[in-house]
Amino acid sequence: MKNFDTDVAVVGAGLIGSATALALRQRGVAVVMLERDLGGSRASGVNFGGVRRQGRSPAQLHLAARAHPIWADLKAKIGIDGEYVRSGHIKLARSQADLTALAAYAARVADFDLGLEILEGRAFRERYPCFGPEIIGGSFCPGDGQANPRLVAAAYAQAARQAGCEVIERCPVTGITREGDGFLLRCGDAVAVRARRLVNAAGAWGAGIAAALGDDIPMRFDYPTILVTEPLPPIVSVNIGIEGGGFYGRQVERGNLVMGGGFGVASGDGASRPDSGALARIGGRAAAILPATRHARVIRIWAGIEGYTADKNPFIGESANVPGLFHAFGFSGGGFQIAPAVGEVLCELICEGRSSTPVEAFRPDRFQQQSAEPGRTP
Amino acid sequence: MSGRPSPEIRPVVVGAGPAGIRAAEALVAAGLRPVVLDEGERAGGQIYRQPPAAFSRSRKALYGFEAGKAERLHATFAALRAHIDYRPRTLVWNAVPGELHVMGDAGPATVPFSHLVLATGATDRIYPFKGWTLPGVFSMGGAQIALKAQGCTIGETVALVGTGPLLYLVAYQYTKAGARIAVILDSARFTDQIAGAPAMLRQPATLAKGLYYVAWLKARGIMIVNGAIPMAAEGTERVERLVWRTPAGEGRVACDAIALGYGLRAETQIADLLGCRFSYSAAEHESLPASDATGRTSVAGVYIGGDGAGILGADAAEAAGTRAALALCEDAGLGVDGAATGALEARVGRWRGFRAGIRRAFPEPVAADFALADDVILCRCEEITVGALRAACREDGVDELNRLKALTRIGMGRCQGRMCGPAARALLAHHSGRSPGDVGRLRGQAPIKPMPLAPMPLVFDEAKP
Repeated sequence: MKNFDTDVAVVGAGLIGSATALALRQRGVAVVMLERDLGGSRASGVNFGGVRRQGRSPAQLHLAARAHPIWADLKAKIGIDGEYVRSGHIKLARSQADLTALAAYAARVADFDLGLEILEGRAFRERYPCFGPEIIGGSFCPGDGQANPRLVAAAYAQAARQAGCEVIERCPVTGITREGDGFLLRCGDAVAVRARRLVNAAGAWGAGIAAALGDDIPMRFDYPTILVTEPLPPIVSVNIGIEGGGFYGRQVERGNLVMGGGFGVASGDGASRPDSGALARIGGRAAAILPATRHARVIRIWAGIEGYTADKNPFIGESANVPGLFHAFGFSGGGFQIAPAVGEVLCELICEGRSSTPVEAFRPDRFQQQSAEPGRTP
Repeated sequence: MSGRPSPEIRPVVVGAGPAGIRAAEALVAAGLRPVVLDEGERAGGQIYRQPPAAFSRSRKALYGFEAGKAERLHATFAALRAHIDYRPRTLVWNAVPGELHVMGDAGPATVPFSHLVLATGATDRIYPFKGWTLPGVFSMGGAQIALKAQGCTIGETVALVGTGPLLYLVAYQYTKAGARIAVILDSARFTDQIAGAPAMLRQPATLAKGLYYVAWLKARGIMIVNGAIPMAAEGTERVERLVWRTPAGEGRVACDAIALGYGLRAETQIADLLGCRFSYSAAEHESLPASDATGRTSVAGVYIGGDGAGILGADAAEAAGTRAALALCEDAGLGVDGAATGALEARVGRWRGFRAGIRRAFPEPVAADFALADDVILCRCEEITVGALRAACREDGVDELNRLKALTRIGMGRCQGRMCGPAARALLAHHSGRSPGDVGRLRGQAPIKPMPLAPMPLVFDEAKP
């Protein structure tokens, strides 16, 4: 049995946990981070890789704005640029109603300086000849981009380690109890961690960790499905979404198109896989949106595991029921871009009791009165 | 024997090589009508691959000593055609419990199964060396396909590189077909081959054939170099020469094509996707789906026969395919002759002994022997070098194959690690100081082989999840 005594224990070495651990270490706080698999090997590492502010609720745009400059200077933070490219992000429209919705969004978030540009007609077609005839326009955000989650998530965990955080991988937490004002975490008979504060950054496993301490937080699971084609000649440089959802795509420098849409299924034991119709669904949409892909071949398909909340906003903040427990999970498929900021915010909440970035909308107890969906694991 | 099989039994056989054909035969004999899915244009698998119907090379020219076996197997399959649902040119690209996802002539389809016999065979085991991605370098199996399916050779002056009996068989077949063999470069030493001989005597006819090929090649003055490691395939546009090293020094020879293969590796992706338990075989240097002498895997209703369960060769595959199908029949409540099953298991068992001899005669080369430079391509699909693997071990502490894949893209491309996997595993074990078994195995992932993105009519469905 290895014993640790620390200021803060972090459960989950994904992007959120690692960014938090890194920020805490930079303030000199002692941190032990426990990870059931390998740092960044779950949703943080297998998501789409969209670094996007456009489309987020105003509540999330505060976090997104804080994360925005971190992405541009990622190498200074974690040692690699993570293939981050400020390629722009376009949200496509299939109808006038879609364009109206995009314009309304642009007006609603005008204060956030996203530089959104609504394109349609000839101007749209000339700038983006790659899109199929069913796409009639879109909203372009020039400062948004894309990055490689496989690299970014693992590098964040590695940066936390290099900053002095004890990162213990392949070590699932099997028991959590309160001990005085702090916490005692056990990973079987292998590891025991005593910590004054606890960060729950366990992603899809977050509600389970919360429940172990008596915090009942409603969350459901889903399995976003993504595929990758073989390398293709340059088709599109901008990161693509679509009004109403159901498709997203980007082409990486090597030429592969990464595309997603819809959800897979659980396959037991914390694993998941694409559903039977995934290829037909994503392939059909891709061929309509980007006709040049219709003869492409797919080389990988996968489905990650993600926690979703009723309002698609994450839970960020100290538990109302368990003092010293800080939640940061339930990112509902939108955590990648904001994760670097969430790490800093949690560090502020832990060290100062408040954050310079508003996160009130993400209070973990905001659904407390409503009925929960208890007892499920991914 | 019990009565008619229940219509609930929907057996599916994947693969129409020796194991798959014999499995289908046994299922039909039991009164079942299996679906037989095969990627090939015609049945026969790799070893008994049939040329397109219009081709006129004789069986003797195509299969040599194995012509009789090939003929019997093809005849068996022809007789089965009316009793099975045969779907050639069909790729199984994904598998989930009870269902295979396939891509065939009619587009994508789902094939349900109650029982599944996997007879997926094997592919070449490749180890990289400098210049191995130059045009003109083929896998050993590729060189055979060119000859069997298209009646052509991969070059006029061909060097054969690797180890194993296939090296000598291909040299014999290529010489017969009119190609010149520049050199046979075998990493096995002569002393290895002596050491393997006693166990190979368990199949004297097969050993005799192997010795015959070697003698035949030597009689024609074909250069055979033992204990040799390839150093470089050189050339500007394509292969022009091969350079190697032995304890005695360096050698080189001009050639316009190279066939490369260090024996075979099992194709196991479907078993993996279905959740079969795997274990690492130190003898075979690969992770194999656990299966017993009957062909049953750890997943009920899933059976394996032939090289997909571990390399034993075509003769063993015929017996193992039949045995796996009989296990299916037993589990489906159909009567099976106990004496027959015992005899089949004994037949496969004799090939296991022979295989042990082959392993001694043609041992796996040791990763360190290659002394690969950092700039040698390891994963050709993604163009990742040996140096990238070393850096991942050194700088990121990578000690597991899937992590290596995530951080470097090794094994992430079109072939999904089927080509680079064995070398990546050996090198990762060497550089991380772990055993090859402990560095894990690349997890199987759909699609097993590249799939068309939009095989269907272009319909923009309005569903917005």
